[in-house]
Amino acid sequence: MDNNKDRQDIVKNKAIMSLLSVNENVVLARIAAASFAARLDLTVTDIDEVKVAISEAITNAIIHGYQGKAFKDETNEENLVEFTMILYEDRIEYVIKDFGIGIDDIEQVRKNKAVKGADRMGLGFVFMESFMDKLEIKSKLYEGTEVILTKNIKKMSQTED
Amino acid sequence: MKIETLMKQGILIVRLKGEFDIESTNDFKKSIDNALNTNETKDILLNLQEVSFIDSSGLGVILGRYKNINLLGGQIVISNINPKIKKVLELSGFEQIMQIAETEEEALALFN
Repeated sequence: MDNNKDRQDIVKNKAIMSLLSVNENVVLARIAAASFAARLDLTVTDIDEVKVAISEAITNAIIHGYQGKAFKDETNEENLVEFTMILYEDRIEYVIKDFGIGIDDIEQVRKNKAVKGADRMGLGFVFMESFMDKLEIKSKLYEGTEVILTKNIKKMSQTED
Repeated sequence: MKIETLMKQGILIVRLKGEFDIESTNDFKKSIDNALNTNETKDILLNLQEVSFIDSSGLGVILGRYKNINLLGGQIVISNINPKIKKVLELSGFEQIMQIAETEEEALALFN
């Protein structure tokens, strides 16, 4: 059993991007996410759904986490979204982390009740939950938010080692 | 995303092409509002045939136009939802809120 578990937690590939909090980087992140998943045994629909989930998470980091600002008002410091993609034997994890304002009540946000400004639907987390196999959110007010999106993959056909 | 607008039977036809995310929302708003003003119409037919990607930012801004147009007494009909964006539209509940048609012709027939 332990042996099995260890194997599933072996990192097979990893990529880390640091994105300035600007809208143009949403497409960059989702293309990277699709490309990272492309060689695995996933359907085109699976990959399209991953793209939507990543788009939502990165957009949230920019629009909510950093309030749409690329630089901090006081210090002019860059607002960066950290985007990490990790491939394991049985799954891909996408980690989207910002160091912005954070979320006060995660449950409210998940239930699509908190954010409904003009022209926004508050559907981001609904799509993330529907299109991925697992959604984890960690957040602290004024420290930032980390979203972990997991997509399970079928065992890849490969030679035994 | 490319936005093409034209008038037909007094209705503003908007054909979108490409990926509709946060980056396109301002362009979309401006194009629609300008075209509605210039052509003095309150009705929109939104053709999504060539939209290869849409997320909640794109849906949100469509919903925003829908609300505005409703207030003005106009109508918005969506047509040509392709398989790539179908599930997102289903999950969003758009199909309960807005009128949906298979083709532009069918959509045109839905206007009062």
